[in-house]
Amino acid sequence: MLGFLKHPVVVTADINLNVVALTALGLLSRLWQLSYPRAVVFDEVYYGQYISFYMKRIFFLDGSGPPFGHMLLALGGYLGGFDGNFLWNRIGAEYSSNVPVWSLRLLPALTGALSVPMAYQILSELGFSHCAAMGAALLMLIENALITQSRLMLLESVLIFFNLLAVLSYLKFSNSQKQRPFSPSWWFWLTLTGVACSCAVGVKYVGVFTYLLVLAVAGVHAWHLIGDRSLSNVSVLCHLLARAAALLVVPAAMYLLFFYVHLSLVYRSGPHDQIMSSAFQASLEGGLARITQGQPLEVAYGSQVTLKNVFGKPVPCWLHSHQSTYPMIYENGRGSSHQQQVTCYPFKDVNNWWIVKDPGRHQLVVSNPPRPVRHGDVVQLVHGMTTRFLNTHDVAAPLSPHSQEVSCYVDYNISMPSQNLWRLDIVNRDSDAGVWKTILSEVRLVHVNTSAVLKLSGAHLPDWGFRQLEVVGEKLSRGYHESTVWNVEEHRYGKSQEQKEREVELHLPTQMDVHRNLSFLARFLELQWRMLTAKSDGSEHKYSSSPLDWVTLDTSIAYWLHPRTSAQIHLLGNVVIWASASLATVVYTLLFFWYLLRRRRKICDLPEDSWLRWVLAGALCAGGWAVNYVPFFLMEKTLFLYHYLPALTFQILLLPVVLQHISDHLCRTQLLRSLFSALLVAWYSCACHVFNTLRPLTYGDKSLSPSELKALRWKDSWDILIRKY
Amino acid sequence: MLCATSRLLAARTATALPAQPRGRGPGARCRRRELHFPGHPELDLDDFLTGRLARPSVPVGRRAILRRGRMPPAVGGGPARSELRPRRGRCGPQTARVVGPNETAKPAARSRKRPGWGSQHFEAAGRWALLALVTLLSFATRFHRLDEPPHVCWDETHFGKMGSYYINRTFFFDVHPPLGKMLIGLAGYLSGYDGTFLFQKPGDKYEHHNYMGMRGFCAFLGSLLVPFAYLIVLELSNSLPAALLTAALLTFDTGCLTLSQYILLDPILMFFIMAAMLSMVKYNSCANRPFSAPWWFWLSLTGINLAGALGVKFVGLFIILQVGWNTISDLWHLFGDLSLSVVTLGKHLTARILCLIVLPLTLYTATYAVHFMVLNKSGPGDGFFSSAFQARLSGNNLHNASIPEHLAYGSVITVKNLRMAIGYLHSHRHLYPEGIGARQQQVTTYLHKDYNNLWIIKKHNTNADPLDPSLPVEFVRHGDIIRLEHKETSQNLHSHYHEAPLTRKHYQVTGYGINGTGDSNDFWRIEVVNRKFGNRIKVLRSRIRLIHLVTGCVLGSSGKVLPKWGWEQLEVTCTPYLKETLNSIWNVEDHINPKLPNISLDVLQPSFPEVLLESHMVMIRGNNGLKPKDNEFTSKPWHWPVNYQGLRFSGINDTDFRVYLLGNPVIWWLNLLSIALYLLLGSIIAVAVQRGAHLPAEVEGLSQVLLQGGGQLLLGWILHYFPFFLMGRILYFHHYFPAMLFSSMLTGILWDTLLRLWAWSLASSSLARGLYVVGNLSLLLGTAYSFYLFHPLAYGMVGPLAQDPRSPMAGLRWLESWDF
Repeated sequence: MLGFLKHPVVVTADINLNVVALTALGLLSRLWQLSYPRAVVFDEVYYGQYISFYMKRIFFLDGSGPPFGHMLLALGGYLGGFDGNFLWNRIGAEYSSNVPVWSLRLLPALTGALSVPMAYQILSELGFSHCAAMGAALLMLIENALITQSRLMLLESVLIFFNLLAVLSYLKFSNSQKQRPFSPSWWFWLTLTGVACSCAVGVKYVGVFTYLLVLAVAGVHAWHLIGDRSLSNVSVLCHLLARAAALLVVPAAMYLLFFYVHLSLVYRSGPHDQIMSSAFQASLEGGLARITQGQPLEVAYGSQVTLKNVFGKPVPCWLHSHQSTYPMIYENGRGSSHQQQVTCYPFKDVNNWWIVKDPGRHQLVVSNPPRPVRHGDVVQLVHGMTTRFLNTHDVAAPLSPHSQEVSCYVDYNISMPSQNLWRLDIVNRDSDAGVWKTILSEVRLVHVNTSAVLKLSGAHLPDWGFRQLEVVGEKLSRGYHESTVWNVEEHRYGKSQEQKEREVELHLPTQMDVHRNLSFLARFLELQWRMLTAKSDGSEHKYSSSPLDWVTLDTSIAYWLHPRTSAQIHLLGNVVIWASASLATVVYTLLFFWYLLRRRRKICDLPEDSWLRWVLAGALCAGGWAVNYVPFFLMEKTLFLYHYLPALTFQILLLPVVLQHISDHLCRTQLLRSLFSALLVAWYSCACHVFNTLRPLTYGDKSLSPSELKALRWKDSWDILIRKY
Repeated sequence: MLCATSRLLAARTATALPAQPRGRGPGARCRRRELHFPGHPELDLDDFLTGRLARPSVPVGRRAILRRGRMPPAVGGGPARSELRPRRGRCGPQTARVVGPNETAKPAARSRKRPGWGSQHFEAAGRWALLALVTLLSFATRFHRLDEPPHVCWDETHFGKMGSYYINRTFFFDVHPPLGKMLIGLAGYLSGYDGTFLFQKPGDKYEHHNYMGMRGFCAFLGSLLVPFAYLIVLELSNSLPAALLTAALLTFDTGCLTLSQYILLDPILMFFIMAAMLSMVKYNSCANRPFSAPWWFWLSLTGINLAGALGVKFVGLFIILQVGWNTISDLWHLFGDLSLSVVTLGKHLTARILCLIVLPLTLYTATYAVHFMVLNKSGPGDGFFSSAFQARLSGNNLHNASIPEHLAYGSVITVKNLRMAIGYLHSHRHLYPEGIGARQQQVTTYLHKDYNNLWIIKKHNTNADPLDPSLPVEFVRHGDIIRLEHKETSQNLHSHYHEAPLTRKHYQVTGYGINGTGDSNDFWRIEVVNRKFGNRIKVLRSRIRLIHLVTGCVLGSSGKVLPKWGWEQLEVTCTPYLKETLNSIWNVEDHINPKLPNISLDVLQPSFPEVLLESHMVMIRGNNGLKPKDNEFTSKPWHWPVNYQGLRFSGINDTDFRVYLLGNPVIWWLNLLSIALYLLLGSIIAVAVQRGAHLPAEVEGLSQVLLQGGGQLLLGWILHYFPFFLMGRILYFHHYFPAMLFSSMLTGILWDTLLRLWAWSLASSSLARGLYVVGNLSLLLGTAYSFYLFHPLAYGMVGPLAQDPRSPMAGLRWLESWDF
């Protein structure tokens, strides 16, 4: 008790001035004149609109990545007091005064600046010398492409930051593993690894590759741990559980958390609603919710409904019919039934209303109490405006001749009886006696006579069909497909038997509230699924490039051009660093395999500990480069040079590793070592020179003359913009 | 850790085998009992067949030694297994090699006396008899009702047709390499099929045409899969019951059966895959006698089969990966063996490079040489290939052709994109639909030869007919401004600032004007790549670009398929990005100009390597082009192992003769369960070993089989299944079958091991043996019974569909998604 009073309270602080200096330099290089081009620069036009959506709390869908990155950018806007009122329509547009450019760009710049001291930390944690660590940080500092990318409202620098943080905290964790497992710092770094990994994934999906790499390294380490017989079974189990919790459970929870925050932030309906299901739309404020509020939940005989196709491709649409009939003879000479057309129509229309009718009765009104329609019931669907029955028969559909035509039956008295009975198949029913529910139930309509399924074929009808979408009866229903599934969107109980009255019927209030019925998990799953399946048009862009161009820096991107002068921002890497980093990767690979084969023959060139260090550095740095680069070859989306930057960062970390190795193990004499150091100094000054030369294109602050710009065009494939006066 | 469980057993052992002396040393803590199961090499065959269980014919004294467990303490069961191995002139099983460096007890084992020759012979005869039985059963099931249905089923329409093309020697294009179709063609040729049947669509009756030769050939290869699987499992596990179970799984699987009965590439592909796997496993077990005759034989046979697998379909690449992985790990082990000199290692490496890289590549190339040699007549595939290639084909208008060399005004030409598999610049009397750019005439590229591919070169400013004999010939030169008039419709090639239909950032290209009179948007500058101004333009050899004069964009094709309104031809755009890609470079192919002298084109014939490369590029593009469309039902890879959905081979309605490709659900779900069990058991054992647990000898031996043999099969399954998740092309259920073979072999090994482990953990040895036999028999009989239930799927059903209680399949539609 009170023993702590006997000793003076001492705070010992270990401040590495190198780290401080590096941080300061990083901040200087990234934050200097941060708000300078007060105009929309390149992809800011893309991320900016999402920031505005956040500010206005409007729901949106972006298939390019999870919402965490967008939310971080929006945080900057929130802190800067941005109201979201800016039209992000073209690159180069001047920002109006309400846009807090500096605070919007601050977060990417900060993360970019912090990456510099982190490179230092990573190399020292890997067990390399202070010089090597300084080298890595200094290279990061003068890499033009990294600077350009971090000074704008873009997400790459944030992604790089979290990638590095994940690696760094894992290294800290595994170093403390040797000394003090289960100490607070051990727990801290372990958890931070998981958190950083999930943040990386949350910023961009490509972050998942770094996560997998860290998981793999952790897995190998854990495997060694299992083989360590000095540990008891219980402690091994504890170790494994701790890792599983921190590296698997925590990231999953964090990922869900991002979406939770996202969905609670954007709660208003907006322009992207159409892509989502009716239930999801109804859960947003405004939009569909306003229409569907107060609808009866259970569809009953006599209900008036609109039926929306769940698949909704190429456009979301509703089952529709109108007075016009199918043409007697199609263009290609085939015949039709000449009955009333049934289509899918992408706009709200009075012709989208259908009445659910019991085949055994004549009434088109809801009885009291309403008799709900259940799974497996046979119903007829009556078109509200024309009172004709939904019908299909063995006549080829207009555009999909293998399927049946769907029509509203017109009795021409030519021995073609109506076939208008449909069996209701509720796909997502809870039980076999499930009730057909508005919005929530996804149903298939199976034709009783031919077992064809009502399906949206996706084809546009020609002019006679007013270019609406074709609806067919699919005979070969091979399993479940969303295009055969429909849901009731608008719904009211029919009250009047008379045609005229029916058209003006009122809505009936009820207690059902769809909003509450959709849980967070359901909303998350749907949103995630739509994001992953949202197709980006894989069209080429003026500055798009292929992964092969990146290693050699054969491509560049013009980000911004001053409206009057030829000052411009251009994404260009520091050529010296790119070339030497690639070279280092090759050297590392060759040396690694050379040592590996020699060790297999029991010739150990390296002492055991430096071999282990060499392997771990390679696994994280060369591996980090590979996992962040190779997958792009398999991706079908439009690719840009900036996609290479995370890979490049890891490559830059590898460079000092290789250099130190050459100096320590391959330069045998002192003379060679001194020569090598001199060479390194010359090389680094060369890199600095290149940085300085390209600086006007990185910061865009200085207008160069056409001849100077021409001189900077070191490669023919660099599209440096030169104004013609 | 396993010691703990065996403590209980040890107590029981005392009661079961009272006469047994107590163990000493390491065996005392973890005492093990050696059970000798039917199926061990010492097995007396007729004992097994009669179900009578006898001790193997090992001298009693030796058994006692084994039981007492005189093993090296840390090593465990390896030596025990090697001791139990039959010693014959042939190569030993693979498991022996895997134990490798630890085999300290091996010399001792080798020095013991051999069992009597009589029983050896008897046992060998028994093995052969079993193999013969398995083979016979396999052939019987595959050839039963092979001739039904006597009409074209499913993809027979493609592969039968391609077989006919070989017999008729007409050139065609397909996305798969040629070997499989060549073999089908050969089988047809040898069996007297004359190549006259059209194979137009599924359901066409064969009538008098002889199709049985081709089906018989595929069924023959398909039947061999079962004995191959049997031998592979026998080699990997050294257990007859495991091999028998595998053979039963494959024989009685309706899916394998159906797939083997028709003119398809899959039986051929699977034959080569399994043959490669078998020879690799055989070769592995020869590893203790490198450079011996069998070693060379199996090694080169592996290479030959790899070439075969790749030559049939590109998915043959997966077995190459597997063999490659096996070879690398093999070399890695050899490399670590310090007793081998570097020279020997070099020999090992060279032998593998020769047999597994050089030999397959040579054979693979040879199949193409034969392919091009056989197909020397022009056919439906011409347009897929470059102009120069077509000059090889007799009957093609470029073959031995003589056409004017230099382009002149008034020439009628076809223009071909240089990018492979894009085709000819084409237009036709259909307009772009409303809402897609201007409503003018469509311009596309088209892969087939057609009159609508013809264009006339005209001067931009006059409409006079340049073919008027009174005018002098005027050549088109690099940099000239020209107008291209479509011959059939007399409209000009035109572009303007409207977005292209698919590639929104490009401009639309249309046909415009009336009888050749249009506007200034019809003017194009013709440029030859890498040429100076003023040069003439050569047919075929000049690589030209057409630059739109008003907008400055370049005529190109995006290679994207237009929707139905564009007849699924490819999109033509004018791209404002002046990047140098092959998509925007064209050459002139046909050239008609009566005023010019003709020259011969024989000089153009490409060399064989060029043709080889080109055909591969075209195949890869073709494969990538097989994309599923929106709103189309497609099979997803996750459907496959679950047996979620089958494929209709023939017939739809209840009056048709229906064949439905669907795996036998009992077998497939057993396979699925087995993979899960394998992963569980495998990781338990691996963790136990890593933790340094001392496994009893029997368990140690079994776990070796499970990890090594089973691991290879699991790798095979993974390699043949998971890459499909990454493929963008359209996928079908039958793509899973190679993986299914591996999965069935894994099932065989796993259940055998499980039953042995279970039996081992039981108290009395008679009960253990009973359990083992009953387990195996019930698995065998269960699969056979499920085959009896589901065989109509493969052999064909008539009558009502399964929903109907009168149907032969009533009550068997276990999943809603099966439609039979």
